[in-house]
Amino acid sequence: MNADLRELYQDIILDHNRHPRNRGRLDGSHRQAEGHNPLCGDNVTVYIQTENDRVTQVAFEGQGCAISTASASMMTLAVQGKTLSEAEKIFREFQSMVTETGDAQPHPDLGDLEVLAGVREYPVRIKCATLPWHTLHAALTGGGEVSTE
Amino acid sequence: MSQTATVDLVRARADFPILATEANGHPLVYLDNAATSQKPQAVLDVLDHFWKTENANVHRGVHYLSQLATRDFDRARETVRLFLNASSSREVILTKGCTEGINLVAGCLAGSPAYPGAPKIGEGDEILLSTMEHHSNIVPWQILAQRVGATVRPIPITDEGEIDLEAYRSMLKSGRVKMVGIVHVSNSLGTVNPIKEMVALAHEVGALTLIDGAQAGPHRLIDVQDIDADFYTLSCHKIYAPTGVGILYGKRSLLDALPPYHGGGDMIHTVSFEKTTYAALPAKYEAGTPNIAGMIGLGAAIDYLISLGGASPLSTDAERRQALGRAFDAVGEREHLLMAAATDRLLEIPGLRITGTVPGKAGIVSFTLASAHPHDIGTILDQSGIAIRAGHHCCMPLMRRLGVSATARASFAFYNTFEEVDFLAQGVERVTELFS
Repeated sequence: MNADLRELYQDIILDHNRHPRNRGRLDGSHRQAEGHNPLCGDNVTVYIQTENDRVTQVAFEGQGCAISTASASMMTLAVQGKTLSEAEKIFREFQSMVTETGDAQPHPDLGDLEVLAGVREYPVRIKCATLPWHTLHAALTGGGEVSTE
Repeated sequence: MSQTATVDLVRARADFPILATEANGHPLVYLDNAATSQKPQAVLDVLDHFWKTENANVHRGVHYLSQLATRDFDRARETVRLFLNASSSREVILTKGCTEGINLVAGCLAGSPAYPGAPKIGEGDEILLSTMEHHSNIVPWQILAQRVGATVRPIPITDEGEIDLEAYRSMLKSGRVKMVGIVHVSNSLGTVNPIKEMVALAHEVGALTLIDGAQAGPHRLIDVQDIDADFYTLSCHKIYAPTGVGILYGKRSLLDALPPYHGGGDMIHTVSFEKTTYAALPAKYEAGTPNIAGMIGLGAAIDYLISLGGASPLSTDAERRQALGRAFDAVGEREHLLMAAATDRLLEIPGLRITGTVPGKAGIVSFTLASAHPHDIGTILDQSGIAIRAGHHCCMPLMRRLGVSATARASFAFYNTFEEVDFLAQGVERVTELFS
Protein backbone atom coordinates (compact mmCIF):
# COMPACT_ATOMS: atom_id res chain seq x y z
CA MET A 1 0.00 0.00 0.00
CA ASN A 2 1.50 3.32 -0.94
CA ALA A 3 2.08 6.11 1.54
CA ASP A 4 -0.52 8.45 -0.02
CA LEU A 5 -3.24 5.91 0.49
CA ARG A 6 -2.18 5.23 4.06
CA GLU A 7 -2.41 8.97 4.61
CA LEU A 8 -6.04 8.86 3.45
CA TYR A 9 -7.01 5.56 5.00
CA GLN A 10 -5.41 5.94 8.42
CA ASP A 11 -6.07 3.27 11.03
CA ILE A 12 -8.42 5.48 12.97
CA ILE A 13 -10.53 6.01 9.84
CA LEU A 14 -10.60 2.30 9.07
CA ASP A 15 -11.55 1.63 12.68
CA HIS A 16 -14.48 4.07 12.61
CA ASN A 17 -15.57 2.61 9.27
CA ARG A 18 -15.54 -0.91 10.68
CA HIS A 19 -17.09 0.04 14.00
CA PRO A 20 -19.06 3.25 13.54
CA ARG A 21 -19.97 4.99 16.80
CA ASN A 22 -23.50 6.23 17.40
CA ARG A 23 -24.85 4.59 14.32
CA GLY A 24 -28.57 4.06 14.21
CA ARG A 25 -31.84 5.83 14.52
CA LEU A 26 -32.45 8.11 17.49
CA ASP A 27 -36.13 7.84 18.26
CA GLY A 28 -37.77 10.99 19.51
CA SER A 29 -34.85 13.15 18.41
CA HIS A 30 -35.46 16.88 18.55
CA ARG A 31 -33.73 17.66 15.33
CA GLN A 32 -32.89 15.63 12.27
CA ALA A 33 -31.86 16.13 8.67
CA GLU A 34 -31.16 14.01 5.63
CA GLY A 35 -28.14 14.42 3.43
CA HIS A 36 -27.74 13.05 -0.03
CA ASN A 37 -24.89 12.97 -2.51
CA PRO A 38 -26.56 12.72 -5.93
CA LEU A 39 -23.26 11.95 -7.62
CA CYS A 40 -22.78 8.66 -5.84
CA GLY A 41 -26.15 7.93 -4.27
CA ASP A 42 -24.79 8.01 -0.72
CA ASN A 43 -27.19 9.18 1.94
CA VAL A 44 -27.03 9.93 5.64
CA THR A 45 -29.54 10.94 8.27
CA VAL A 46 -28.36 12.80 11.36
CA TYR A 47 -30.41 12.79 14.58
CA ILE A 48 -29.83 15.20 17.44
CA GLN A 49 -31.24 15.39 20.95
CA THR A 50 -30.81 18.73 22.66
CA GLU A 51 -31.29 20.09 26.14
CA ASN A 52 -30.90 23.77 26.90
CA ASP A 53 -29.10 24.44 23.64
CA ARG A 54 -26.70 21.60 24.28
CA VAL A 55 -26.33 18.47 22.14
CA THR A 56 -27.03 15.62 24.52
CA GLN A 57 -27.18 12.82 21.97
CA VAL A 58 -26.33 12.52 18.32
CA ALA A 59 -26.57 9.59 15.94
CA PHE A 60 -26.47 8.87 12.23
CA GLU A 61 -27.59 6.23 9.81
CA GLY A 62 -27.15 5.74 6.11
CA GLN A 63 -24.94 4.25 3.48
CA GLY A 64 -21.60 5.54 2.43
CA CYS A 65 -17.95 4.87 1.85
CA ALA A 66 -15.26 4.54 4.51
CA ILE A 67 -14.51 8.25 4.40
CA SER A 68 -18.11 9.31 4.85
CA THR A 69 -18.85 6.66 7.49
CA ALA A 70 -15.73 7.49 9.52
CA SER A 71 -16.42 11.20 9.16
CA ALA A 72 -19.98 10.74 10.45
CA SER A 73 -18.87 8.49 13.28
CA MET A 74 -16.14 10.87 14.45
CA MET A 75 -18.48 13.80 14.04
CA THR A 76 -20.94 12.33 16.52
CA LEU A 77 -18.18 12.04 19.11
CA ALA A 78 -16.96 15.56 18.40
CA VAL A 79 -20.27 17.35 18.87
CA GLN A 80 -21.72 15.28 21.70
CA GLY A 81 -22.11 17.45 24.80
CA LYS A 82 -21.29 20.64 22.92
CA THR A 83 -23.55 23.68 22.81
CA LEU A 84 -25.26 24.34 19.48
CA SER A 85 -22.93 27.21 18.72
CA GLU A 86 -19.86 25.15 19.63
CA ALA A 87 -21.09 22.40 17.30
CA GLU A 88 -21.54 24.95 14.54
CA LYS A 89 -18.01 26.17 15.13
CA ILE A 90 -16.61 22.63 14.82
CA PHE A 91 -18.59 22.23 11.58
CA ARG A 92 -17.02 25.38 10.15
CA GLU A 93 -13.53 24.43 11.24
CA PHE A 94 -13.88 20.93 9.76
CA GLN A 95 -15.18 22.43 6.56
CA SER A 96 -12.20 24.74 6.25
CA MET A 97 -9.74 21.94 7.09
CA VAL A 98 -10.87 19.70 4.21
CA THR A 99 -11.25 22.47 1.67
CA GLU A 100 -8.33 24.80 2.42
CA THR A 101 -5.66 25.03 -0.23
CA GLY A 102 -1.93 25.44 0.23
CA ASP A 103 0.02 23.94 3.10
CA ALA A 104 -2.00 22.03 5.66
CA GLN A 105 -2.77 24.13 8.73
CA PRO A 106 -2.96 22.64 12.20
CA HIS A 107 -6.48 22.26 13.60
CA PRO A 108 -5.87 21.23 17.18
CA ASP A 109 -9.51 21.97 18.13
CA LEU A 110 -10.62 19.16 15.87
CA GLY A 111 -8.71 16.45 17.73
CA ASP A 112 -9.00 13.07 16.03
CA LEU A 113 -10.88 14.63 13.16
CA GLU A 114 -7.55 15.95 11.90
CA VAL A 115 -6.89 12.53 10.37
CA LEU A 116 -9.50 13.39 7.74
CA ALA A 117 -7.37 16.27 6.46
CA GLY A 118 -5.80 13.84 3.98
CA VAL A 119 -9.01 13.92 1.95
CA ARG A 120 -7.90 17.33 0.63
CA GLU A 121 -5.63 15.48 -1.77
CA TYR A 122 -8.61 13.67 -3.32
CA PRO A 123 -10.94 16.38 -4.63
CA VAL A 124 -13.70 13.98 -5.65
CA ARG A 125 -13.76 12.51 -2.16
CA ILE A 126 -14.08 15.75 -0.20
CA LYS A 127 -17.85 15.58 -0.46
CA CYS A 128 -17.75 12.12 1.08
CA ALA A 129 -16.18 13.64 4.18
CA THR A 130 -18.40 16.71 4.30
CA LEU A 131 -21.80 15.13 3.62
CA PRO A 132 -22.43 14.15 7.28
CA TRP A 133 -21.32 17.60 8.40
CA HIS A 134 -23.60 19.47 6.02
CA THR A 135 -26.37 17.24 7.26
CA LEU A 136 -25.47 18.03 10.87
CA HIS A 137 -25.48 21.70 10.02
CA ALA A 138 -28.94 21.36 8.46
CA ALA A 139 -30.19 19.57 11.57
CA LEU A 140 -28.73 22.24 13.85
CA THR A 141 -30.26 25.05 11.83
CA GLY A 142 -33.75 23.68 11.45
CA GLY A 143 -33.66 20.32 9.67
CA GLY A 144 -34.66 19.40 6.19
CA GLU A 145 -32.67 17.96 3.38
CA VAL A 146 -29.26 18.79 2.03
CA SER A 147 -27.48 17.81 -1.12
CA THR A 148 -23.79 18.09 -1.76
CA GLU A 149 -24.11 18.96 -5.41
CA MET B 1 -8.91 -6.59 -48.01
CA SER B 2 -9.56 -10.29 -48.29
CA GLN B 3 -12.63 -11.82 -46.74
CA THR B 4 -10.46 -14.04 -44.60
CA ALA B 5 -8.37 -11.23 -43.16
CA THR B 6 -7.90 -11.73 -39.46
CA VAL B 7 -8.64 -8.81 -37.21
CA ASP B 8 -5.58 -8.00 -35.11
CA LEU B 9 -6.96 -6.31 -32.04
CA VAL B 10 -3.81 -6.80 -29.99
CA ARG B 11 -1.90 -4.59 -32.40
CA ALA B 12 -4.82 -2.14 -32.53
CA ARG B 13 -4.08 -1.07 -28.96
CA ALA B 14 -1.17 0.98 -30.29
CA ASP B 15 -3.66 3.04 -32.31
CA PHE B 16 -4.83 4.70 -29.06
CA PRO B 17 -2.15 7.13 -27.88
CA ILE B 18 -3.67 7.76 -24.45
CA LEU B 19 -3.26 4.09 -23.53
CA ALA B 20 0.51 4.61 -23.46
CA THR B 21 0.28 7.34 -20.81
CA GLU B 22 0.53 7.12 -17.03
CA ALA B 23 -1.94 7.86 -14.24
CA ASN B 24 -0.68 8.56 -10.71
CA GLY B 25 2.76 7.33 -11.71
CA HIS B 26 1.57 3.99 -13.07
CA PRO B 27 0.79 2.88 -16.61
CA LEU B 28 -2.83 3.80 -17.30
CA VAL B 29 -5.20 0.84 -17.04
CA TYR B 30 -8.37 2.21 -18.55
CA LEU B 31 -11.38 0.12 -17.55
CA ASP B 32 -14.06 2.80 -17.69
CA ASN B 33 -15.00 2.25 -21.31
CA ALA B 34 -18.72 2.16 -20.60
CA ALA B 35 -18.42 5.80 -19.50
CA THR B 36 -16.47 6.83 -22.57
CA SER B 37 -14.06 5.16 -24.95
CA GLN B 38 -10.61 6.34 -25.88
CA LYS B 39 -9.95 7.70 -29.37
CA PRO B 40 -7.75 6.17 -32.04
CA GLN B 41 -5.10 8.22 -33.81
CA ALA B 42 -7.14 7.98 -37.02
CA VAL B 43 -9.94 10.00 -35.40
CA LEU B 44 -7.52 12.52 -33.89
CA ASP B 45 -5.87 12.97 -37.30
CA VAL B 46 -9.16 13.57 -39.06
CA LEU B 47 -10.18 16.16 -36.45
CA ASP B 48 -6.82 17.88 -36.73
CA HIS B 49 -7.07 17.92 -40.51
CA PHE B 50 -10.61 19.26 -40.39
CA TRP B 51 -9.80 22.18 -38.07
CA LYS B 52 -6.64 23.06 -39.97
CA THR B 53 -7.83 22.71 -43.53
CA GLU B 54 -11.62 22.39 -43.85
CA ASN B 55 -13.31 24.33 -41.08
CA ALA B 56 -16.40 26.15 -42.34
CA ASN B 57 -20.13 26.00 -41.79
CA VAL B 58 -22.07 23.41 -43.74
CA HIS B 59 -25.01 23.53 -46.12
CA ARG B 60 -24.96 27.27 -46.67
CA GLY B 61 -21.66 28.58 -47.98
CA VAL B 62 -20.93 28.70 -51.68
CA HIS B 63 -17.27 28.90 -50.98
CA TYR B 64 -14.54 26.31 -51.22
CA LEU B 65 -14.14 25.50 -47.53
CA SER B 66 -17.86 25.21 -46.92
CA GLN B 67 -18.12 22.76 -49.77
CA LEU B 68 -15.30 20.65 -48.35
CA ALA B 69 -16.86 20.64 -44.88
CA THR B 70 -20.31 19.85 -46.30
CA ARG B 71 -18.94 17.02 -48.39
CA ASP B 72 -17.25 15.35 -45.42
CA PHE B 73 -20.18 16.04 -43.09
CA ASP B 74 -22.64 14.41 -45.48
CA ARG B 75 -20.23 11.56 -46.14
CA ALA B 76 -20.02 10.90 -42.41
CA ARG B 77 -23.81 10.67 -42.21
CA GLU B 78 -23.73 8.10 -44.98
CA THR B 79 -21.11 6.15 -43.01
CA VAL B 80 -23.39 6.20 -39.96
CA ARG B 81 -26.24 4.93 -42.14
CA LEU B 82 -24.03 2.00 -43.10
CA PHE B 83 -23.04 1.49 -39.45
CA LEU B 84 -26.71 1.11 -38.49
CA ASN B 85 -27.83 -0.49 -41.76
CA ALA B 86 -30.57 2.12 -41.98
CA SER B 87 -32.32 2.18 -45.34
CA SER B 88 -31.76 5.92 -45.81
CA SER B 89 -29.41 8.51 -44.37
CA ARG B 90 -32.52 10.69 -43.90
CA GLU B 91 -33.28 8.43 -40.96
CA VAL B 92 -29.97 9.36 -39.32
CA ILE B 93 -30.37 12.42 -37.10
CA LEU B 94 -27.31 14.02 -35.53
CA THR B 95 -27.85 14.94 -31.87
CA LYS B 96 -25.52 16.03 -29.12
CA GLY B 97 -25.78 12.65 -27.45
CA CYS B 98 -27.90 9.62 -26.76
CA THR B 99 -29.75 11.59 -24.09
CA GLU B 100 -30.81 14.27 -26.54
CA GLY B 101 -32.08 11.66 -28.97
CA ILE B 102 -34.39 10.21 -26.33
CA ASN B 103 -35.54 13.67 -25.24
CA LEU B 104 -36.23 14.52 -28.86
CA VAL B 105 -38.52 11.52 -29.32
CA ALA B 106 -40.24 11.98 -25.95
CA GLY B 107 -40.70 15.70 -26.59
CA CYS B 108 -42.18 15.23 -30.05
CA LEU B 109 -44.55 12.52 -28.82
CA ALA B 110 -46.26 15.10 -26.59
CA GLY B 111 -48.05 16.01 -29.80
CA SER B 112 -48.99 19.28 -31.43
CA PRO B 113 -52.42 20.55 -32.55
CA ALA B 114 -50.78 21.35 -35.88
CA TYR B 115 -49.98 17.65 -36.34
CA PRO B 116 -53.31 15.91 -35.67
CA GLY B 117 -52.31 12.75 -37.53
CA ALA B 118 -48.94 12.25 -35.83
CA PRO B 119 -48.39 9.53 -33.24
CA LYS B 120 -48.61 10.91 -29.73
CA ILE B 121 -48.72 9.91 -26.10
CA GLY B 122 -51.62 11.34 -24.15
CA GLU B 123 -53.64 11.09 -20.98
CA GLY B 124 -53.99 7.57 -19.62
CA ASP B 125 -51.40 6.12 -22.01
CA GLU B 126 -48.64 3.92 -20.64
CA ILE B 127 -44.92 4.00 -21.26
CA LEU B 128 -43.09 0.77 -20.36
CA LEU B 129 -39.42 0.97 -19.40
CA SER B 130 -37.22 -1.77 -18.01
CA THR B 131 -36.03 -1.47 -14.42
CA MET B 132 -32.43 -1.49 -15.66
CA GLU B 133 -32.74 1.68 -17.77
CA HIS B 134 -30.19 4.46 -17.48
CA HIS B 135 -31.70 7.67 -16.11
CA SER B 136 -31.52 9.07 -19.64
CA ASN B 137 -34.16 6.56 -20.73
CA ILE B 138 -36.35 7.19 -17.67
CA VAL B 139 -36.43 10.89 -16.94
CA PRO B 140 -37.42 12.16 -20.44
CA TRP B 141 -40.42 9.82 -20.29
CA GLN B 142 -41.33 10.98 -16.80
CA ILE B 143 -41.24 14.58 -18.00
CA LEU B 144 -43.47 13.63 -20.94
CA ALA B 145 -45.81 11.65 -18.67
CA GLN B 146 -46.20 14.61 -16.32
CA ARG B 147 -46.87 16.90 -19.22
CA VAL B 148 -49.60 14.83 -20.86
CA GLY B 149 -50.99 12.75 -17.99
CA ALA B 150 -49.47 9.44 -19.08
CA THR B 151 -47.99 6.78 -16.78
CA VAL B 152 -44.47 5.31 -16.74
CA ARG B 153 -44.43 1.65 -15.66
CA PRO B 154 -41.23 -0.28 -14.90
CA ILE B 155 -40.85 -3.76 -16.40
CA PRO B 156 -39.47 -5.99 -13.63
CA ILE B 157 -36.15 -7.82 -13.83
CA THR B 158 -34.85 -11.00 -12.23
CA ASP B 159 -32.20 -11.14 -9.52
CA GLU B 160 -29.65 -12.13 -12.16
CA GLY B 161 -30.40 -8.97 -14.11
CA GLU B 162 -32.66 -10.20 -16.90
CA ILE B 163 -35.91 -8.62 -18.05
CA ASP B 164 -38.92 -10.62 -16.88
CA LEU B 165 -40.49 -11.31 -20.26
CA GLU B 166 -43.59 -12.91 -18.77
CA ALA B 167 -44.28 -9.77 -16.79
CA TYR B 168 -43.59 -7.70 -19.91
CA ARG B 169 -46.09 -9.70 -21.94
CA SER B 170 -48.76 -9.26 -19.34
CA MET B 171 -48.07 -5.50 -19.01
CA LEU B 172 -48.53 -5.14 -22.76
CA LYS B 173 -52.07 -6.49 -22.39
CA SER B 174 -53.33 -3.38 -20.60
CA GLY B 175 -54.37 -1.97 -23.95
CA ARG B 176 -52.90 1.40 -23.04
CA VAL B 177 -49.21 0.90 -23.85
CA LYS B 178 -48.06 3.46 -26.41
CA MET B 179 -44.30 3.28 -25.97
CA VAL B 180 -41.72 0.72 -24.87
CA GLY B 181 -38.20 1.95 -24.08
CA ILE B 182 -35.46 -0.65 -23.56
CA VAL B 183 -31.73 -0.47 -23.17
CA HIS B 184 -30.01 -2.75 -25.69
CA VAL B 185 -27.04 -3.49 -23.40
CA SER B 186 -27.22 -2.53 -19.73
CA ASN B 187 -24.49 -0.11 -18.68
CA SER B 188 -24.51 -1.46 -15.12
CA LEU B 189 -24.96 -5.17 -15.61
CA GLY B 190 -23.81 -5.89 -19.16
CA THR B 191 -27.07 -7.72 -19.83
CA VAL B 192 -27.87 -7.92 -23.54
CA ASN B 193 -31.63 -7.62 -23.77
CA PRO B 194 -33.76 -9.58 -26.27
CA ILE B 195 -34.75 -6.37 -28.01
CA LYS B 196 -35.86 -7.89 -31.29
CA GLU B 197 -38.39 -10.07 -29.52
CA MET B 198 -39.47 -7.21 -27.25
CA VAL B 199 -39.92 -4.85 -30.20
CA ALA B 200 -42.05 -7.42 -32.02
CA LEU B 201 -44.23 -7.93 -28.94
CA ALA B 202 -44.68 -4.18 -28.55
CA HIS B 203 -45.63 -3.81 -32.19
CA GLU B 204 -48.27 -6.51 -31.79
CA VAL B 205 -50.16 -4.18 -29.45
CA GLY B 206 -49.47 -1.11 -31.56
CA ALA B 207 -46.87 0.42 -29.25
CA LEU B 208 -43.86 2.36 -30.48
CA THR B 209 -40.38 1.27 -29.43
CA LEU B 210 -37.17 3.08 -28.59
CA ILE B 211 -33.95 1.17 -28.04
CA ASP B 212 -31.17 2.90 -26.11
CA GLY B 213 -28.09 1.64 -27.92
CA ALA B 214 -25.52 3.62 -25.91
CA GLN B 215 -23.65 0.51 -24.74
CA ALA B 216 -24.35 -1.60 -27.82
CA GLY B 217 -22.92 0.69 -30.48
CA PRO B 218 -19.27 0.35 -29.41
CA HIS B 219 -19.33 -3.44 -29.13
CA ARG B 220 -21.66 -5.13 -31.58
CA LEU B 221 -22.94 -4.90 -35.12
CA ILE B 222 -26.28 -3.11 -35.20
CA ASP B 223 -28.90 -3.62 -37.85
CA VAL B 224 -31.84 -1.31 -37.25
CA GLN B 225 -33.87 -2.88 -40.04
CA ASP B 226 -33.50 -6.30 -38.47
CA ILE B 227 -34.27 -5.04 -34.95
CA ASP B 228 -37.24 -3.12 -36.41
CA ALA B 229 -37.33 -0.63 -33.51
CA ASP B 230 -39.02 2.65 -34.35
CA PHE B 231 -36.20 4.62 -32.75
CA TYR B 232 -32.63 3.68 -31.87
CA THR B 233 -30.15 5.99 -30.17
CA LEU B 234 -26.34 6.02 -30.07
CA SER B 235 -23.82 7.70 -27.80
CA CYS B 236 -20.93 8.27 -30.16
CA HIS B 237 -18.19 9.23 -27.71
CA LYS B 238 -18.48 5.63 -26.57
CA ILE B 239 -17.85 4.54 -30.19
CA TYR B 240 -14.32 6.02 -30.27
CA ALA B 241 -15.65 9.36 -31.61
CA PRO B 242 -15.55 12.80 -29.92
CA THR B 243 -17.93 13.86 -27.14
CA GLY B 244 -21.00 15.91 -28.03
CA VAL B 245 -22.10 13.57 -30.79
CA GLY B 246 -25.13 11.31 -30.70
CA ILE B 247 -27.27 9.67 -33.30
CA LEU B 248 -30.99 9.20 -33.34
CA TYR B 249 -32.22 6.68 -35.85
CA GLY B 250 -35.93 6.87 -36.54
CA LYS B 251 -38.15 5.25 -39.11
CA ARG B 252 -38.69 7.76 -41.85
CA SER B 253 -42.50 7.55 -41.79
CA LEU B 254 -42.47 8.46 -38.08
CA LEU B 255 -39.89 11.23 -38.31
CA ASP B 256 -41.81 12.68 -41.25
CA ALA B 257 -45.08 12.58 -39.30
CA LEU B 258 -43.89 13.92 -35.94
CA PRO B 259 -43.81 17.65 -35.17
CA PRO B 260 -40.46 19.44 -35.15
CA TYR B 261 -38.30 19.57 -32.01
CA HIS B 262 -35.95 22.54 -31.80
CA GLY B 263 -36.67 25.46 -34.08
CA GLY B 264 -34.00 27.53 -35.75
CA GLY B 265 -31.81 27.81 -38.76
CA ASP B 266 -31.28 24.88 -41.11
CA MET B 267 -34.47 23.07 -40.03
CA ILE B 268 -36.81 25.27 -42.09
CA HIS B 269 -38.02 25.32 -45.64
CA THR B 270 -39.45 28.84 -45.62
CA VAL B 271 -40.04 31.25 -42.75
CA SER B 272 -42.64 33.97 -42.51
CA PHE B 273 -44.54 35.42 -39.59
CA GLU B 274 -47.71 33.98 -41.07
CA LYS B 275 -46.50 30.44 -41.67
CA THR B 276 -43.19 28.61 -41.43
CA THR B 277 -42.63 25.34 -43.21
CA TYR B 278 -40.01 22.83 -42.28
CA ALA B 279 -37.12 21.20 -44.06
CA ALA B 280 -37.11 17.57 -45.11
CA LEU B 281 -35.29 14.97 -43.04
CA PRO B 282 -32.74 14.92 -41.58
CA ALA B 283 -32.49 18.74 -41.47
CA LYS B 284 -35.96 18.98 -39.86
CA TYR B 285 -34.44 17.73 -36.61
CA GLU B 286 -31.08 19.50 -36.81
CA ALA B 287 -31.70 23.14 -35.96
CA GLY B 288 -28.66 25.37 -35.82
CA THR B 289 -25.08 24.72 -36.77
CA PRO B 290 -24.44 21.05 -36.07
CA ASN B 291 -21.38 19.54 -34.44
CA ILE B 292 -19.62 19.37 -37.78
CA ALA B 293 -16.21 18.26 -36.55
CA GLY B 294 -17.84 15.75 -34.22
CA MET B 295 -19.85 14.19 -37.01
CA ILE B 296 -16.79 13.96 -39.23
CA GLY B 297 -14.91 12.45 -36.27
CA LEU B 298 -17.68 9.88 -35.91
CA GLY B 299 -17.35 8.99 -39.57
CA ALA B 300 -13.62 8.52 -39.00
CA ALA B 301 -14.24 6.32 -35.96
CA ILE B 302 -16.54 4.05 -37.98
CA ASP B 303 -14.02 4.03 -40.84
CA TYR B 304 -11.42 2.96 -38.28
CA LEU B 305 -13.57 0.00 -37.21
CA ILE B 306 -14.13 -0.86 -40.85
CA SER B 307 -10.37 -0.74 -41.42
CA LEU B 308 -9.89 -3.22 -38.55
CA GLY B 309 -12.19 -5.54 -40.49
CA GLY B 310 -10.08 -5.16 -43.62
CA ALA B 311 -11.94 -2.65 -45.80
CA SER B 312 -11.33 1.01 -46.60
CA PRO B 313 -13.50 4.06 -47.33
CA LEU B 314 -12.96 3.23 -51.00
CA SER B 315 -14.46 -0.25 -50.68
CA THR B 316 -18.05 -0.85 -51.72
CA ASP B 317 -20.82 -0.46 -49.16
CA ALA B 318 -21.28 -4.21 -49.04
CA GLU B 319 -17.57 -4.75 -48.40
CA ARG B 320 -17.53 -2.08 -45.70
CA ARG B 321 -20.55 -3.54 -43.94
CA GLN B 322 -18.96 -7.01 -44.06
CA ALA B 323 -15.71 -5.61 -42.70
CA LEU B 324 -17.63 -3.93 -39.88
CA GLY B 325 -19.23 -7.28 -39.13
CA ARG B 326 -15.80 -8.96 -38.99
CA ALA B 327 -14.44 -6.22 -36.74
CA PHE B 328 -17.36 -6.51 -34.33
CA ASP B 329 -17.14 -10.31 -34.29
CA ALA B 330 -13.54 -9.98 -33.17
CA VAL B 331 -14.30 -7.12 -30.77
CA GLY B 332 -17.17 -9.05 -29.19
CA GLU B 333 -15.08 -12.18 -28.78
CA ARG B 334 -12.11 -10.37 -27.25
CA GLU B 335 -14.23 -8.32 -24.86
CA HIS B 336 -16.04 -11.46 -23.80
CA LEU B 337 -12.75 -13.20 -23.03
CA LEU B 338 -11.50 -10.19 -21.07
CA MET B 339 -14.76 -10.03 -19.12
CA ALA B 340 -14.72 -13.77 -18.44
CA ALA B 341 -11.09 -13.63 -17.26
CA ALA B 342 -11.88 -10.69 -14.99
CA THR B 343 -14.92 -12.49 -13.62
CA ASP B 344 -12.86 -15.59 -12.80
CA ARG B 345 -10.05 -13.63 -11.20
CA LEU B 346 -12.34 -11.38 -9.17
CA LEU B 347 -14.49 -14.23 -7.88
CA GLU B 348 -11.36 -15.68 -6.23
CA ILE B 349 -11.35 -12.69 -3.90
CA PRO B 350 -13.20 -13.40 -0.63
CA GLY B 351 -16.21 -11.17 -0.03
CA LEU B 352 -16.49 -10.10 -3.66
CA ARG B 353 -19.88 -10.34 -5.31
CA ILE B 354 -20.66 -9.73 -8.97
CA THR B 355 -23.87 -7.97 -9.85
CA GLY B 356 -25.33 -9.00 -13.19
CA THR B 357 -24.69 -12.62 -14.06
CA VAL B 358 -26.81 -13.19 -17.14
CA PRO B 359 -25.18 -15.55 -19.66
CA GLY B 360 -23.96 -13.86 -22.83
CA LYS B 361 -23.56 -10.49 -21.19
CA ALA B 362 -21.33 -7.76 -22.60
CA GLY B 363 -17.88 -6.76 -21.33
CA ILE B 364 -19.00 -5.18 -18.08
CA VAL B 365 -18.22 -6.47 -14.59
CA SER B 366 -20.05 -4.75 -11.74
CA PHE B 367 -18.99 -5.83 -8.29
CA THR B 368 -19.16 -5.07 -4.62
CA LEU B 369 -16.93 -6.03 -1.70
CA ALA B 370 -18.24 -6.93 1.72
CA SER B 371 -15.48 -4.88 3.35
CA ALA B 372 -15.18 -1.77 1.19
CA HIS B 373 -17.54 0.68 -0.46
CA PRO B 374 -17.21 1.10 -4.26
CA HIS B 375 -15.83 4.63 -3.83
CA ASP B 376 -13.04 3.38 -1.66
CA ILE B 377 -12.31 0.67 -4.23
CA GLY B 378 -12.26 3.32 -6.95
CA THR B 379 -9.87 5.61 -5.07
CA ILE B 380 -7.48 2.81 -4.16
CA LEU B 381 -7.39 1.40 -7.71
CA ASP B 382 -6.86 4.91 -9.06
CA GLN B 383 -3.69 5.20 -7.00
CA SER B 384 -2.36 2.30 -9.10
CA GLY B 385 -3.40 3.94 -12.35
CA ILE B 386 -6.51 1.79 -12.75
CA ALA B 387 -9.61 3.69 -13.89
CA ILE B 388 -12.95 2.15 -13.01
CA ARG B 389 -16.34 3.64 -12.25
CA ALA B 390 -17.89 3.60 -8.79
CA GLY B 391 -21.41 4.67 -8.00
CA HIS B 392 -24.96 4.06 -9.12
CA HIS B 393 -24.09 4.36 -12.83
CA CYS B 394 -27.12 6.60 -13.42
CA CYS B 395 -29.34 3.59 -12.64
CA MET B 396 -30.78 4.37 -9.22
CA PRO B 397 -33.97 2.30 -9.71
CA LEU B 398 -31.83 -0.68 -10.74
CA MET B 399 -29.56 -0.28 -7.71
CA ARG B 400 -32.60 -0.19 -5.44
CA ARG B 401 -33.99 -3.29 -7.11
CA LEU B 402 -30.71 -5.14 -6.58
CA GLY B 403 -30.43 -3.96 -3.01
CA VAL B 404 -27.12 -2.14 -3.41
CA SER B 405 -26.41 1.57 -3.08
CA ALA B 406 -23.56 1.48 -5.54
CA THR B 407 -21.20 -0.88 -7.35
CA ALA B 408 -17.68 -0.75 -8.70
CA ARG B 409 -17.67 -1.33 -12.45
CA ALA B 410 -14.89 -2.42 -14.76
CA SER B 411 -15.91 -2.10 -18.40
CA PHE B 412 -13.76 -3.43 -21.21
CA ALA B 413 -12.94 -2.38 -24.72
CA PHE B 414 -11.15 -4.44 -27.32
CA TYR B 415 -7.90 -2.57 -26.67
CA ASN B 416 -7.69 -3.81 -23.08
CA THR B 417 -5.30 -6.64 -22.24
CA PHE B 418 -5.27 -9.70 -20.04
CA GLU B 419 -2.38 -8.15 -18.14
CA GLU B 420 -4.73 -5.30 -17.25
CA VAL B 421 -7.22 -7.84 -15.95
CA ASP B 422 -4.46 -9.06 -13.60
CA PHE B 423 -3.71 -5.50 -12.49
CA LEU B 424 -7.39 -5.04 -11.70
CA ALA B 425 -7.59 -8.21 -9.64
CA GLN B 426 -4.35 -7.39 -7.79
CA GLY B 427 -5.68 -3.90 -7.10
CA VAL B 428 -8.91 -5.24 -5.65
CA GLU B 429 -6.89 -7.67 -3.52
CA ARG B 430 -5.00 -4.69 -2.10
CA VAL B 431 -8.33 -3.08 -1.21
CA THR B 432 -9.41 -6.15 0.74
CA GLU B 433 -6.05 -6.24 2.54
CA LEU B 434 -6.41 -2.62 3.60
CA PHE B 435 -9.96 -3.06 4.76
CA SER B 436 -9.58 -6.53 6.31
